Amino acid sequence: MLVFLQQLFNGLVLGSIYSLIALGYTLVYGILMMINFAHSEFLMIGAFMGLGASSLCLNWGLGWPGVVIVFFAAMLGAGLLGVITERLAYRPLRHAMRLAPLISAIGVSIMLSNAVFLWVSNQSLPFPAILPERSLTIGPVAAGSLQLLIFATALLLMIVLHLMVQKTKIGKAMRACADDTATAGLMGINADRIIAFTFLVGGALAGAAGVLNGMYYGSIKYNLGFLPGVKAFTAAVLGGIGNITGAVLGGFLLGLLEVAAAGYIPNGSQWKDVVAFVVLIGVLLIRPSGILGERVAEKV
Amino acid sequence: MPIKISPLSKKSPPLSTVGFWVVLAAVALWPVLCGFNPYALRVAGQIGLYVVLALGLNFTLGYAGLFDLGFIAFYAVGAYTAALLSVRGWSFVPATLAAALAAVVVRVWVGIPILRLRGDYLAIVTMGFGEIARLVLNNWDSLTNGPKGLPRVGEAIWPAKIFGFTLSTNTHYYYLIMGAVLLSVLIARRLEDSRLGRAWVAIREDETAAQLSGLPVAQLKLAAFTISAFFAGLAGSIFAHWERFVTPESFVFWESILLVSMIVAGGMGSIKGVILGTVLLGGVPQMLQAVLVGSQWINYRYFVFGLVLVLAVLFRPQGLWPSRRREFEILDQEHAAV
Repeated sequence: MLVFLQQLFNGLVLGSIYSLIALGYTLVYGILMMINFAHSEFLMIGAFMGLGASSLCLNWGLGWPGVVIVFFAAMLGAGLLGVITERLAYRPLRHAMRLAPLISAIGVSIMLSNAVFLWVSNQSLPFPAILPERSLTIGPVAAGSLQLLIFATALLLMIVLHLMVQKTKIGKAMRACADDTATAGLMGINADRIIAFTFLVGGALAGAAGVLNGMYYGSIKYNLGFLPGVKAFTAAVLGGIGNITGAVLGGFLLGLLEVAAAGYIPNGSQWKDVVAFVVLIGVLLIRPSGILGERVAEKV
Repeated sequence: MPIKISPLSKKSPPLSTVGFWVVLAAVALWPVLCGFNPYALRVAGQIGLYVVLALGLNFTLGYAGLFDLGFIAFYAVGAYTAALLSVRGWSFVPATLAAALAAVVVRVWVGIPILRLRGDYLAIVTMGFGEIARLVLNNWDSLTNGPKGLPRVGEAIWPAKIFGFTLSTNTHYYYLIMGAVLLSVLIARRLEDSRLGRAWVAIREDETAAQLSGLPVAQLKLAAFTISAFFAGLAGSIFAHWERFVTPESFVFWESILLVSMIVAGGMGSIKGVILGTVLLGGVPQMLQAVLVGSQWINYRYFVFGLVLVLAVLFRPQGLWPSRRREFEILDQEHAAV
């Protein structure tokens, strides 16, 4: 029971990171019906921005304010990168053949990861901890302060996103575009601007997730985006791609599944990365619209 | 908008142009031309294997429009099957047939469930299959010897032996691979303008319309999967016998991306285009590597690769050497979009 609760907590922490990334996939898909293959690189760039900011904040001896600055830098960097990517590599292809944006996105992904490769080469850089690590116990569960920080930050960002989408004017415009871009345009909504804003938000969430990912594993590398990217995409599909609540739900479920696989399957840690792919294939076969999704998965 | 009528059937021009014969002669005499330089022969052989793979993938991606990001997995199945059989004493021809068969069987097995998927979803799922295959090769120690690869200590993958003749040098393998290329081109040409080939193109252009026209879309997709896997298995077996060594390292995601890029850059569904794309994307980096070795610029090649891919889609979506049919279609779509 104790082990189970501990695993549950670990799964929720991991899942909160997946959820944040999954939100970026879902937001973009909701509006453009396109899977942003380069999203995992926004995560990676965010992690590196966060690393840079962390080192500065450590030098200046900033504690809590430093954490805020780190997240701000990572989110801003990754968000702007999202906007630039959309403008240069996706917008010109909005009416092109079906596969063109996908190929372009793969190209962007290769470019971004190798730009970082050129800069730092193949080495893993240690991700510094700004705040001293404390271990706490909540009831029977041992929870590191880092784990709690990750979980709380992710939750906070999800709540902010939810409020923005549901309560603000621009959120309303996003929902309108997701529903029907053409009609939204007729109602005076500047669809291009909304799409750019969506990439800003999605990129920013990925950037924050990149920092959380870096904190969680303690080191970052130029190709770190691939696996969490695939897993978060799986989470988005699991919850129902295009559905914001679904992305969060899918992320947590996947985090729990992965931790369970590592803990309960013999040799599980070797196979835990397979879990996401198997779940993905299973979901697409059995219920392509995901748990909460309504749209059919097929893109005509 | 003026209506453009795309020629449905376009006979290829007779193969008598000077350029064609020059290229053919250069390919045939390549070992002599490069002075039997082992490096040049290995690169040419590698490119040849990529051509076979790309022509295979061209059936699914180029004609039927099914985006497969895990194609290299079937190459891996072919290579590992051939390797496992060779260490048990099978000779080249039966091992190759078995490798191709194994690739086809695995392809059908994982292909049937995903016939409904299209576009991005298919891409992601096939990527998932590719990664699962690599992880299985890496982790199934008792069969694949894990990351250390095959053969195990004390075993050997035997060199290919055809009708009593043992292929021992890179030149031998070069000609074997060119034979496979020739076979691939012939099959591809026969299929291109067949009913099957046209039905695939119909699916690529509009799957819903193709289905409504009464085409058995699922079977046709499966046929494309099967044929492409046959090519992958064939290439995999040659690779295993030539290298006499296989590890999961050779079958990473990047290789699948590379194959897709070769087809897209050259021109989806165009045999000449696919070969051109493969030679360019397979050969130019190798040449750059030879020229730039030791210089810092060598690290830029993947970055440039990504850049070229984006620019290619933005400015030349039909590829460098598209089939006439495809070119018309793309142009039509561009007009329609405006």
